[in-house]
Amino acid sequence: MATLLFLEQTLNGLQLGVTLFLMAAGLTLVFGIMNMVNLAHGSLYMVGAFLTATFSQWTGSFALAVPLAVAGTFVVGLAVETVALRTLYARDHLDQVLATFGLILFFNELVKIVWGPVAIFIDVPAFLSGRVELIPGAPYPVYRLVVLAVGLAVALGLWWLIAKTRIGMLIRAGASNREMIGALGVDIKRLYTLVFALGAALAALAGAMAGPIYVVEIGMGDSMLIKTFVVIVIGGIGSIRGAFVAAIIVGVVDTFGRIVPAQLGLPTAIAEMAIYILMAAVLFWKPAGLFAARA
Amino acid sequence: MLRRTLLAALAVAVPALAVQPAAAQQGVKIGLITTQSGPNAGLGRDMVDGFNLAIRHAGGRLGGAPTELIVGDDQFRPDAGKAMAERMVQRDRVDIVTGVIFSNIMLALSDTVLKDRRGVFLVSGNAGPSELAGKDCHPNFFAASWQNDNTHEAMGQHMTNAGIKRAYIMAPNYPAGRDALAGFKRFFKGEIAGEVYTQLGQTDYAAELAALRAARPDATYIFYPGGMGVAYIRQYSQLGLMPQVPLFAPSFTADQTILPGVGDAALGMFASTYWSESLGNPANQKFVADFEAAYNRIPSPYAAQSYDAAMLIDSALKATGGSIANKDAFRNALRAANFQSTRGPFKFNTNHFPIQNYYLTQIGKDEKGRLVNQMRGIIFSGHADAYASQCKMR
Amino acid sequence: MKLDRRTWFVILLLMALAALPLVATLAGQEFQIAQFRRILIFAIAAVSLDLILGYGGMVCFGHAAFFGVGAYVVAILNWHAGREVPLIGTWMGTNNVLVTWTAAVLVSGGAAFLIGLVSLRTTGIYFIMITLAFAQMIYFFFVSLRAYGGDDGLRFDGDTVAFGLIDTQDDAAFYYLVLAVLCGVLYAGRRMVNSRFGMVVQACRENERRMKALGFPTARYKLAAFAIAGATAGLAGALFAAHESYISPSIMHWTRSGDLIVMVVLGGMGTLFGPVVGALAFLFLEKTLPDYTEHWMVVFGPILLLLVLFARRGIFGWFLPKEERDGGSH
Repeated sequence: MATLLFLEQTLNGLQLGVTLFLMAAGLTLVFGIMNMVNLAHGSLYMVGAFLTATFSQWTGSFALAVPLAVAGTFVVGLAVETVALRTLYARDHLDQVLATFGLILFFNELVKIVWGPVAIFIDVPAFLSGRVELIPGAPYPVYRLVVLAVGLAVALGLWWLIAKTRIGMLIRAGASNREMIGALGVDIKRLYTLVFALGAALAALAGAMAGPIYVVEIGMGDSMLIKTFVVIVIGGIGSIRGAFVAAIIVGVVDTFGRIVPAQLGLPTAIAEMAIYILMAAVLFWKPAGLFAARA
Repeated sequence: MLRRTLLAALAVAVPALAVQPAAAQQGVKIGLITTQSGPNAGLGRDMVDGFNLAIRHAGGRLGGAPTELIVGDDQFRPDAGKAMAERMVQRDRVDIVTGVIFSNIMLALSDTVLKDRRGVFLVSGNAGPSELAGKDCHPNFFAASWQNDNTHEAMGQHMTNAGIKRAYIMAPNYPAGRDALAGFKRFFKGEIAGEVYTQLGQTDYAAELAALRAARPDATYIFYPGGMGVAYIRQYSQLGLMPQVPLFAPSFTADQTILPGVGDAALGMFASTYWSESLGNPANQKFVADFEAAYNRIPSPYAAQSYDAAMLIDSALKATGGSIANKDAFRNALRAANFQSTRGPFKFNTNHFPIQNYYLTQIGKDEKGRLVNQMRGIIFSGHADAYASQCKMR
Repeated sequence: MKLDRRTWFVILLLMALAALPLVATLAGQEFQIAQFRRILIFAIAAVSLDLILGYGGMVCFGHAAFFGVGAYVVAILNWHAGREVPLIGTWMGTNNVLVTWTAAVLVSGGAAFLIGLVSLRTTGIYFIMITLAFAQMIYFFFVSLRAYGGDDGLRFDGDTVAFGLIDTQDDAAFYYLVLAVLCGVLYAGRRMVNSRFGMVVQACRENERRMKALGFPTARYKLAAFAIAGATAGLAGALFAAHESYISPSIMHWTRSGDLIVMVVLGGMGTLFGPVVGALAFLFLEKTLPDYTEHWMVVFGPILLLLVLFARRGIFGWFLPKEERDGGSH
C-alpha cells in the first residue's frame, strides 16, 4: 500500500512540476535573454485561464478554447512588450520590478472589471473527465495525465526549438552573450518581442491547463508566480534545461513536503517552507543556480 | 522659485486636510467597510448589494430616518480597514459601522469604533470572532451573522446523528481553520481518521487527497472558503471520491460565491448553514426574489446577512422614532431584534450574538438548472455559541 | 549660508508636518493626526529600505518582513504583560517601551543579519528572489503561529506612557514622537551615508570588484548595512504596533514589500528624504483614488509604470540641484 501511495504522489509531483515548467520556461527566457525581471508573468497565466473560460463558453469546446486563449495571450504579450516593457530592458532590475508590479495591479483590476469579482468556471472536457487505474486501487484523473503529457510535449518542443532551429540558436546566443548577437546584425528588437510573446503564450497554456483543476480567480497567478521564481532561481536563470529539472524537483519536493511531515508528526509549517528552504540551500552552495546559463 | 517649492511642499502634505462638508444634521449615517479588492471582492459585492436592497425595501429611509450609506474598501488588509474605520468614525462621523467580512479586519478596527466617545455602534455583517463573543464583548457590538464556530458545530452534530464512524477533516492552516475543526470535533463523536491542515491559499490538493483516499474514511469534512474551496471540491470530484466518501462542509464552502466556480462537481455535497437561498420563510422568499431581480444572480449568505443587518437597524430605528441620539434606547431596540430575519427565528444572546437555527442542505439544481443549496432539515434549533458565558456585558 | 532648493523643500515639508496636528485641530480634522502618523511610520520603513536599496544597490524584496518582526516583538511582549502569561520562565513580558522597542530593533536587526548572511552571497535577480523567499518563510511562520493569533492577528493593550513622559494614547503627542523618530532616523542616515562606512557601501554599489581589489571586506560592509536597515525597519514596525494596538501577518505579505519599494522609488531613491515624500504620496493616492472609482487599481498600476518610464528620479528628484539630477545614482 505504501509503495502504491508513493507512486501516486510521485505522479502528482511530476504533474505539478510540468505545470510549473510551463510557467518557468517563458520566465527564464525573458530573464536570460532580455535580463528582465517580469513580475507580471503570473498575470499572463491568469489572462490565459480567463480567456480559456470565455472561449470555451463561446465555442462550447475546451479543446478549441485552449489554442485560442494561447493565441490571445500571445497577442497580449506582444502588446505589453511593445507598449510598456521594451524600454525597460536597458534599465536596472529595480525599475523592472516596480513597473511590472504596477502591471500586476493593473491586470488584476482589469480582469475584475471584465469578468467580475467571483471565481469562474472551466469544465474538464467530457472525453478527458474519466479516470484510469494506472496504480491498482487509485484511479487517477485522465485530465491530470493529459496535463503531464502536454507539459512533457512542450518541454520536448522547446528543446527542439532551441537546439535545432535558427531562432533557437539566436535565443541560446542571446542567453549566453547578449551584446554579441546585436553585433552580428540580428534584429534584436524583433527577437525580444518574439521571445516575450512566446513566454506569454506558455504562461497562458499553463493557466489554461490549470483552470479546470485549480480555480480561475483574480490573483490566481500571484502565488504561482512566486513558486515559478523559486524554480528558475534554483534552475539557473536563462537555462531551459535548468528550469525543467528544477520544476520537477520543486513539484516533487512540494508534493512530498505536504504529506511527509504530517505523517512523521512534524509541524506542518515545514510544508509551507519546504521549497523556500530548498531554494536557500541551493543558492547557498551554488549562488547562480544548478545550471547557470551564462559563463 | 521659493514660492513654487513652498506650494509643492504644501501640495504633498496638506491635500488630505481639505475641509469636508459638515456632517448631515439629521437622520442616520452608516459606514459599510468591506472587501472590494483582490480575490475576495465578490463577497464584498454581496455585502454592499444586500445592504442596499434593504435600504430600498425600507423606501430609502431605514426606520423612517433619512439614511446615508458610505461604502469603504478594506483592501483585505487589517490596517487599511482600521484606517478606513478611523476616517468614517472621526471624519464622516457615522453612527453605525457595518459590513466587515474577515475576523482579522474586525479585530483590527473594533477598538477604533467601539472606543469612540460618541458611542458608535458596530453591527457585524459577517465576522464573528470568539474574542468579541467572549471576554471582549461590548454593549455597542452586535453580530447580525453568527459566531465563527457555529456552522462547524452543527455539521459535527449532524454527522454524529447520521452515524458516521470515521471522518477525515481538513482546513487551511490559520486560526479560522483550526477553530473550524475544533468546533466540529466538539460535536462529532466518531473517530477522526485524519486531521490535515494545508497552506493558506493553496489550490493543489492532489497530494492530500491521495493520502485521504489511502486512509479510507467514511466521510470528509472540510472548511475551505473562497478559491481554495472551488479547487478542493473540483479535485475531490475529479478523483472520483464524491460518491464513495461523501463530502460535508460549512456553507462558506458551498455558497453562491463558490458554486458557480465549481460547477457540477459540487452536486451531492452536504452543507451546514444558518441560511440558504431555498429557505422557505416569507422574508427570505421576498429577499431572494428581489435580489435576483435587482442583481441578476442568486444571493449568497453574505448578501443575506448584510440585508439582515440593515433590517435589524431598520427595526431599531423604528422603535426609537428614527433617532439614534439616545444610545441606550437604540441599544435596547437592537437587542430586541424585532425584525423578520431571512433566517427565520432570530434573537440575541446576552453577548449580542444570535441564537438561531442551523440547517442541513445538499447541493442540487433548481428549476433553471442552477446549483443551489436545497434544504434537508434542521440540525439545531435556537443554537447559541460557546463563548457567551465568558462575556461580562456591562 | 545659501540654501538650495532641496534644503528649502525639506525644511518646509518638515515644518508642514510639524504644524499638522495644530492645523488639523483648528480645522476640526483631528482624525488626520492618526492618519498621518501611520504615513510617517511607513516613511521610516521606507527610509530604512532606501539605505540598502538606494545607497547599497541591494534590491531587497522582503523588507516588510523586518517591519513585521519588529511589530510582532512589541505585540508579543505587550500581550504577555497584558494577559500575565509567562513568556520565558516566569517573565511576563513587559509594556515598557524602552524594553519592547529595543527588543524589536535587536530581533529584527538579528533576523536581517542572518538572512543577509545567506542572501548577500548572491547578487542581482538572485538576491531579489532570495530575500522574497525568506520573507515568505517568515510570513507563513506567523500565519501558522497559533499561540499569537496566526492569521487573525494579535490584539493587545499597548503601553500608555512612553519613556515616562509621552502619552501614546494622546494622538498629537504620539504623532510628535513618531515625527521625532523619523527626524532622528533621517539624521542618523545622513551621517551614515556620508561616513567612511557609507562611502564604502556606495562604492560597492558602483563597483564591488574594485573595492575588493582595494582590500575592503565588502561582504562585511554590505551585511552591516543590511542589518542596520533591517533593525531600522524593526523600529518602524515597533511604532506601527503601538499605533495599531494590533498586528497581523498581512503586514508582511510580499505585496507590502513591493509597496515599500514603490514608496522609495516614487519619492526618489538614494536621497533619504525622498522616501518620506514617496510614502506621503503613495499613501495619499491609496486613500484618495478609491473615492473616485472602485477600480482605482486600474489607474494606480499604470501610474507606477509611467513613473518608472518617465520620472525615474522620483518626486524629490525634481528638487535636486541640477548637477545631482543628471549624474544620479543609478
